[in-house]
Amino acid sequence: MSDILAVEGLTRNFGGLAAVSNVNLRLGTGELVGLIGPNGAGKTTVFNLLTGVYPPSAGTITFTRQDRGPVSIGGRRPYAICRAGVGRTFQNIRLFKDLTVLDNVVIALQQNRRYPLLSSFLRLPPFAKAEAEIHAESLELLRIMGLDAKAEELARNLPYGDQRHLEIARALATKPTLLLLDEPAAGMNPNETAQLTRLIARLRDEFALTILLIEHDMSLVMKICERIYVLDHGVVIASGTPAEVRANPKVIEAYLGEEA
Amino acid sequence: MPPIVRTLLTRGVPLLALYLVVLGLIGAGIIDAYWMATLALICVNIVLAVSLNLITGFTGQFSLGHAGFMAIGAYATAIISNAVAGPAGFLGGLLAGGVLAALVGFLIGLPTLRLRGDYLAIATLGMAEIIRVVFVNLDSVTNGAAGLTVTQNMDWNWFFVLTVGSVILIRNYLRSRQGRDAIAVREDEIAAESIGVDTTRAKVMSFTIGAFFGGLGGGMYASYFYFIKPDLFGFLKSIDILVIVVLGGLGSLSGSIIAAILLALISTLLQGFTEIRMILYALLLVVIMIFRPEGLMGSRELSLNVFSRLGRRRPALATAQAAPGASEAQGKGDER
Ligand SMILES: Nc1ncnc2c1ncn2[C@@H]1O[C@H](COP(=O)(O)OP(=O)(O)O)[C@@H](O)[C@H]1O
Ligand SMILES: [Mg+2]
Repeated sequence: MSDILAVEGLTRNFGGLAAVSNVNLRLGTGELVGLIGPNGAGKTTVFNLLTGVYPPSAGTITFTRQDRGPVSIGGRRPYAICRAGVGRTFQNIRLFKDLTVLDNVVIALQQNRRYPLLSSFLRLPPFAKAEAEIHAESLELLRIMGLDAKAEELARNLPYGDQRHLEIARALATKPTLLLLDEPAAGMNPNETAQLTRLIARLRDEFALTILLIEHDMSLVMKICERIYVLDHGVVIASGTPAEVRANPKVIEAYLGEEA
Repeated sequence: MPPIVRTLLTRGVPLLALYLVVLGLIGAGIIDAYWMATLALICVNIVLAVSLNLITGFTGQFSLGHAGFMAIGAYATAIISNAVAGPAGFLGGLLAGGVLAALVGFLIGLPTLRLRGDYLAIATLGMAEIIRVVFVNLDSVTNGAAGLTVTQNMDWNWFFVLTVGSVILIRNYLRSRQGRDAIAVREDEIAAESIGVDTTRAKVMSFTIGAFFGGLGGGMYASYFYFIKPDLFGFLKSIDILVIVVLGGLGSLSGSIIAAILLALISTLLQGFTEIRMILYALLLVVIMIFRPEGLMGSRELSLNVFSRLGRRRPALATAQAAPGASEAQGKGDER
C-alpha cells in the first residue's frame, strides 16, 4: 500500500515555544490513524501545518494522490491544499453559523463546480445547470449525514452533535482523499461518541478515505484506529498499534503526568 | 409555471408598476423638479449603498473610500457626456467610469486584501483622498477645485433602469457561487480557506465589482446634478454612504434600499430647518442605532415578491431570523 501522506522533520516554533518539533508521520492509503497526546501537546498545530493555516518552520509534507502523483504541500495556502484533496474539521467548530445548513455544504461543494462570472450576473443556462447539480449533490450529502431534514435551518440553531456532523459533511463536500478530524467527539456523551465512532468507520469505506484523527480521549481512538501516534510537548514519543501504544511506559507517563 | 415567467410576474409586475406610477406622477407634475432631485438622489444612494454593502456587509471588508470610486465615475461621465451628445455620451461615460473605478479598486484591493485585518480601510481612505487631490490638480481636464458643469442629464427612465439593473446584478452575484464564496469569507475566513475558497480572489472580486458600481453611482450623480467638484467626494461622502449601509443593515440589500429612501426623504423634509438640520439628522441616526443596533433590516431581506407565500420556500442566504434566545443557548453549547 502506498503512502498518501509523508511528513518529515516537521517543526513549528511560536516565539520561543517549539509547539511541534521534528515530527515524522506516514499514512498509508485507506488507513485510519490516531494522533493522541495530552492537552497542549501540539496535535492541532500539526493539523494547522498540514492544512496550511501556518507555514512550517522546518520540514516537508508530501501528499500523494494516485491520479496525480506526489506534491509538496508544506507552506502552501489552505485553499490550495484543500483542492489537492485534504479536508479537515476544527476542534472548536467553525461553521458558517449565520448561513443555512445547506449553504454550509453548498459552499464547499461548489468549489468543484465552476461556472463563469457572467452567467452568475445574468443567470445564464450554465448557472442554472450547475446550481441545480450543486444543490442536489449537497442535499444527498446531508442525507448521508442524517441532516437533510434540517437543510434550511441556520447552522447556529443545530444541536451541538449535529454541528459536528455538519462540519464533517462540509469537509466531505470538498471531495477529499485525506480527512483530518480534530477531536470530533469533543463535548459528546458516550452514546453520541459510540455513534460517531461507527459513522467515521463507515465514511472511510463509503468515501474511500484515509483518516487522521485527533482525540484527547483515548477510548474512541483505541477502538477504531489501526495505528496511533502519540505526541507530547511537540515530539512523537511513541507510535504503533493501539495495544503497543497502550503498553508503552512513555505514553503512560505522559498521560499520568497530565492527570497529576 | 416556468421560473422565468414566475420571476417576471412576481418581481417584474411590481417593478413595472413602480416605474409607471412615478412616470405618471412626473407627467402630472406632482413630482416636480424639487422632488425629482430627491428621487435622483435616492437612486444614486441606492446604487452606492448596495455596492458598498457588497464589499462591507456581504464580504466583510471594511472600506472607507467609496466616494473615491464615485468621483472617478462622476468625472468620467461628466467629461465624456460633455464631449459626446446623446445617450451614447452619458452611457459611455457611465461605463467608462465604472470600468475605471473597478480598475482602481482592483489595483488597491490586490495588495491589501491579501492581508487579514483592516488594511483595506486605511488603504481606501488614502486612495479616496489621492483621487480627490488628483482631480483638484488635473486642471486642464477637470477644471480643478472650481468644478465642472455637466451639460446632459438623464431622465427618470435611465435612472430607473440603472438603479434596478444594478441591484439585480449585485443580487444575482450574491446568490451565485462567487457571491457565496464572498459571504463565506465574511462568516469565517479560516473555515472558508479550509474548504477550498480562494479568499483573496473572493475578496478582490467583490471589491472590484463594488468599485464598479460605486463608479456607476458617481456617474449617475454627475448626470443629474449638473455640477461636480472634487470636494463633493471627500471623506464625509464615504461616511454618508457607510451610514446608509449600517442603518439599513450590513448584509441586507433591501435594508440598504430602504435606508437610502428613508434618509433622502428625511433630508429633504428637513430642508426647512436649515440650522438644526444636521443635528436632527444625527440625532435620528443615534436613536435608530440605539433601538436597532443591527440596522433596520439586520441581514434579512424583504422580497418584492408579493406572492412569495405561493412560491418555493427558500430562505435567502444570510437570513438571520434566528430567535435570539435559541442562539444564546447555542452559544453556551459552543463552549464545550
Ligand atoms: N497561534 C499560536 N501562537 C502561539 N502559540 C500557539 C499557537 N497555536 C498553538 N500554540 C501553542 O502550541 C502548543 C500546542 O498547542 P495545540 O497544537 O493547540 O495543542 P493540542 O491540540 O495538542 O492540545 C500550546 O502550548 C499552544 O499554546
Ligand atoms: Mg487541539
